[in-house]
Amino acid sequence: MSFAKRGLARAITGFAGAQVITQNADTEPELPPQAIYYANHSSHLDFLTIWAALPDELQKRARPIAAKDYWGSGIRKSMAEKVFNAYLVDRHGSSSTRQRASDSGVSPKGQIQGMTEVLDQGDSLIIFPEGTRGDGESIATFRGGLYRLAEHNPQIPVVPVTLVNVGRILPKGEVIPVPHLSKVVFCEPIRVQPGEDQGSFLTRARAVLIGCLTDHQANFDGEGDNNRENDGAAPPNTENSIQEPEA
Amino acid sequence: MSGWEVGLLDDTAIKLLGGVVIILIMASAAAWILKSRLGATGTITNLTQRINAWWLMAAVIGAVLAAGETVTIVLFLLLSLLALREFITISPTTRGDHKVLVWLVFIIPAVHYWFMWEHWYGMFSVFIPVYAFLFLPARNALAGQTKGFLQRSATIQWALMVCVYAISHTPALLQLPVAMEVGREAAEGSPPGSGGATGAHLLLFLLIVVQGSDVLQYIWGKSLGRHPIAPKVSPNKTWEGFIGGVLSATALGAALWWLTPFTPLAAAALALLSCVMGFAGGLVMSAIKRDRGIKDFGAAIPGHGGIMDRLDSLCFAAPVFFHAVRFFYT
Repeated sequence: MSFAKRGLARAITGFAGAQVITQNADTEPELPPQAIYYANHSSHLDFLTIWAALPDELQKRARPIAAKDYWGSGIRKSMAEKVFNAYLVDRHGSSSTRQRASDSGVSPKGQIQGMTEVLDQGDSLIIFPEGTRGDGESIATFRGGLYRLAEHNPQIPVVPVTLVNVGRILPKGEVIPVPHLSKVVFCEPIRVQPGEDQGSFLTRARAVLIGCLTDHQANFDGEGDNNRENDGAAPPNTENSIQEPEA
Repeated sequence: MSGWEVGLLDDTAIKLLGGVVIILIMASAAAWILKSRLGATGTITNLTQRINAWWLMAAVIGAVLAAGETVTIVLFLLLSLLALREFITISPTTRGDHKVLVWLVFIIPAVHYWFMWEHWYGMFSVFIPVYAFLFLPARNALAGQTKGFLQRSATIQWALMVCVYAISHTPALLQLPVAMEVGREAAEGSPPGSGGATGAHLLLFLLIVVQGSDVLQYIWGKSLGRHPIAPKVSPNKTWEGFIGGVLSATALGAALWWLTPFTPLAAAALALLSCVMGFAGGLVMSAIKRDRGIKDFGAAIPGHGGIMDRLDSLCFAAPVFFHAVRFFYT
């Protein structure tokens, strides 16, 4: 079984052309035994890619948080639960536009509690604090669950993971994935500072991903500015910042 | 010639591959000596990586030719798909192009290579430039995104042209000997593998001359290069490297005339043509990389970069070599 899983993980990273690196060097990352991994979210492939990028030992004890409305029935459910050991959550309780607009970051209490139990058992979590898939270029405001989890046990490092180009492999609304080269960038862990409130922690956590995404998108880039017009929250156009290297 | 054959490899091809192995042993030994004299500097580590990758590439080519035409075609289909993945990764496509990309990656290359496998020359030569080139933009127009339409359509067509159509002319060489022997019309639909050892000789001739030209241009350029040809595109491509590399690779081609149906002079002319085209391919791909702000297409081949970084010269050389041989010898 673990042999089959390793094969599957290889197949996923191979298909996604995924290069697994650290933020500042193209080397393989050294990861803590237990962590809360959080990442930008633009594709159903996101949690599979992070799962596949983790080394065997850590992969066994990592539980991706996946949405029940997509992964919660039929063959997807059995795959999510049996193969990827996913923790399924019902996000309808918390995704109403009013709550998102007010940035109150409300998540049903029971779900966060369930996730803290996972952490208490010594397992890692993979979560997507945007709560929903974006267009792959901008990163939406984070919801509060990440802060609660980080606060629950400050000993557990919070590891930012930047997914570059995975959203182009399987964008929102598409069914068939198209191979592109991608990157899984494990950044330096962050922790809740003493006395740090939810808002500033989430802003800091989001800024890490935005900075890392901008750095690495410059290497291989889909412009995608067609989607920008109706997306007021998008960051400034990074496309113009790609200068010809005058070597 | 005494006749034993393994797939498409006969004793002549085995001797040639033996020569390649001897050159690689010498290269590895030279790199090892440099390393023990000068220590593992970045350049020497890169050199060792490159030579190791050459060992692997030579082994793969030898193995697929020994396994026959079908396996060789499958290898090049795979290389086309990997190249295509690198190319669309750096292309300015958007989410609106996704459905066209599905056709581009999963359907068109397989159909094109299937026509080649069938030895159906007519469809092999027109399927992509006529049918695929007209179908893809039409499908994309249906998707409804108009912003940047011409640029996006042109990029997708170029990706297909370079990564699939151009590269596929390398394994297409395997079937040329059939047309040489029985004529073009009788060659249509001949069974896979019917090009035999002569086809493998043509393929090895092109690969050795074009890849050899790349290596020789690199060596001449590193040792004597002063005057860049197109400094804005690639500061590493110099007149000294170009002239020295192309002339020495042409001499190499002429020296390999016994491998081919060509006279020594014709072998030199075809080698010269392939090397000049190969240089053009490298230059064009450098311009694309410069424009997109990247150094390499990928990291698939350690020391070399991506698949497209290795195949850039072959992309331009293979179709022209194929058609020159087909025009003059069939």
